[in-house]
Amino acid sequence: MFDGYTSSELMSIFAMQGFAGLSLFSVFVLMALGLAIIFGQMGVINMAHGEFMILGAYTTYLTSGFFQSYLPGLFGGYFFVAMILAFFICAALGALVEWLMIRHLYHRPLDTLLATWGLSLIMQQAYRSIFGAREVGVDLPEWMMGAIPVTDMVDLPINGVFVMIIALSVAVGVYLLMYRSGYGKKVRAVVQNRPMAEAVGINSAGIDRATFALGCGIAGIAGAAFTMIGSTGPSSGQAYIVDTFLVVVFGGAQSLIGTIVSAFGISQAQSTMEFFLSGSMAKVLTLLVVIGILMIRPEGLMALKVRR
Amino acid sequence: MKHSSLMKWFVSREGLYYLALAFLLVVLLPLTLDSFRLNMVGKYLTYAFVAIGLVMCWGKAGILSLGQGVFFGLGGYCMAMFLKLEASTPEATAIQSTPGIPDFMDWNQLTELPWFWEPFHSFSFTLLAVIGVPVLLAFVIGIAMFTRRVGGVYFAIITQAIAAVLTILIIGQQGYTGGVNGITDLQTLMGWDIRTDEARNILYFICVGMLFLCLFAARLVQNRKLGRILVAMNAQEMRVRFSGYDVAAFKIFVFCLAAAFAGIGGALFTLLVGFMSPSFIGIVASIEMVIFCALGGRLSILGAVYGALLVNAAKSGFSESFPELWPFAMGALFIGVVLAFPDGLAGLYKSYVMPLENKVFKRNKSKTAPVATRQTAEKVDDYSPMNDTYSPEKS
Repeated sequence: MFDGYTSSELMSIFAMQGFAGLSLFSVFVLMALGLAIIFGQMGVINMAHGEFMILGAYTTYLTSGFFQSYLPGLFGGYFFVAMILAFFICAALGALVEWLMIRHLYHRPLDTLLATWGLSLIMQQAYRSIFGAREVGVDLPEWMMGAIPVTDMVDLPINGVFVMIIALSVAVGVYLLMYRSGYGKKVRAVVQNRPMAEAVGINSAGIDRATFALGCGIAGIAGAAFTMIGSTGPSSGQAYIVDTFLVVVFGGAQSLIGTIVSAFGISQAQSTMEFFLSGSMAKVLTLLVVIGILMIRPEGLMALKVRR
Repeated sequence: MKHSSLMKWFVSREGLYYLALAFLLVVLLPLTLDSFRLNMVGKYLTYAFVAIGLVMCWGKAGILSLGQGVFFGLGGYCMAMFLKLEASTPEATAIQSTPGIPDFMDWNQLTELPWFWEPFHSFSFTLLAVIGVPVLLAFVIGIAMFTRRVGGVYFAIITQAIAAVLTILIIGQQGYTGGVNGITDLQTLMGWDIRTDEARNILYFICVGMLFLCLFAARLVQNRKLGRILVAMNAQEMRVRFSGYDVAAFKIFVFCLAAAFAGIGGALFTLLVGFMSPSFIGIVASIEMVIFCALGGRLSILGAVYGALLVNAAKSGFSESFPELWPFAMGALFIGVVLAFPDGLAGLYKSYVMPLENKVFKRNKSKTAPVATRQTAEKVDDYSPMNDTYSPEKS
């Protein structure tokens, strides 16, 4: 498939597609981080994760509308307000869902999968009733438009770079929270040995709720970031959910670094192949390779080594 | 001897359940519904094949596959390819630039039939492929997954990804597969027009017949030692392994069985509906198949049939009158079944209707033969739609 390209052309193609893949990478990282926290730390499959992301995106859409009509002077900064709002709205809904539904199902992981799928159907239809079936987009503030020229052939769009910065800072934030804070220590204790964690006085039910809410909140941030690079429709979340699950499983369920590495690998493979093959074949090949590797190495790239 | 035991089974309680279902499908529905509605019931029944497979695979053995649509679709596509080739005779397609190949290939500038379409000229090969192709794929997936002890949630996600891959592949390779429209405009089966009302009624009864064959096959498996091992594997996989059983082999077997059922269902679907498209394969379609099984009761093969009928009937009903409400109802169904009654309709039946039944049965028995048949009566009463008393929760 490389026939007819000179090596310098190939280099530019790889660089270009690589940068294009980075925005896919950012979305994957943001979605997969939330999912990895919920799935890796609690063993719960949240099929409605994409819908939480879309909730964040709609929050951003509404916030941008609000700023446009009432605070046009501050429009340049609306995104940060929207991101914080999206986080808290999604986290609150996540905590509610955990309280109503998930906590009854911790011992039946396959059933949480079905129940959250039901939730995702309901949320999707709710978006369709409230916002309409058409996709909506937000107006970017002026400082986010344009591109940074890197070389003659490669331009970096500012919004893409911005989203990537958000993705990486959220990743760092999650890392600090999970590995450098008291809360993270408790979460890891509950993951590794629930009865023992309870015995030393950790409120494991509270930890579960907070963790689920945190995962959903990060999905909200992902949604806010998503509006910067694409438009939002009621079923946009579903389009990403299978890929994101593969990212999490491929990376190794309990490893945050693994999640980021696999998000990078999958997004880059897909975006590079897209140039040479059709979009659908690129996706098929990527997914098949991931499935193939998972068959050889079911525990994922970077598995947490635990004695059982 | 054999004959009398068969008779005894038919008047036993379990036999009566099967008779009731047969009465509903063979007598009641054909008499009360017009040809169009009956065809729709037939369409719902093709999903019941998948649901029965899921009962065996998920309910009994604890392997949740979110890719049953793949096998349903493969069976359906095999049948559709045969029917399409029959419909694309050189005479019927004379206006194409290449006569004799299916119309969508001509639209996509293909000039000859792809190699994998060639064998589908033969009907016997097609019948073999309807079961063989899904089973082969299930076998390969099963070998790869179960011998490496991939299970539970991971298996569910990977099967879902496979459903996604196949859908994207079919939509992307329009020239070979008909793309997003699927394979349409199917007319005759061995020269027999399948679009007439009469033909559709006959196909309905063929579908019911096949359904009962599958039900009996599933029943055969579940009542043998094989079925017991499947259930044991779900509850305590390690203990089964340490008892010397090859757990992976049993899992592969039940996964292939479910795939075979789904393939048969898919082929009948193509015949009854007259086309096949990727929308019946994808992630959404596949996960909906799980709810048919869950609503009926994940441990009851008869329940699965009722589950498939009810959910699909409700879906058509809602989509006709309140299309925007259906996703809410479907979502609530998923959540409700899982949270409130994980054993589905069969579980409800067992706890609310069975006690009444027991009273009736006991009275009858005591009237006719008070002491002598006491033991047999109790033995018969042992049967329940739930079939097993273990709880699906894993410790």
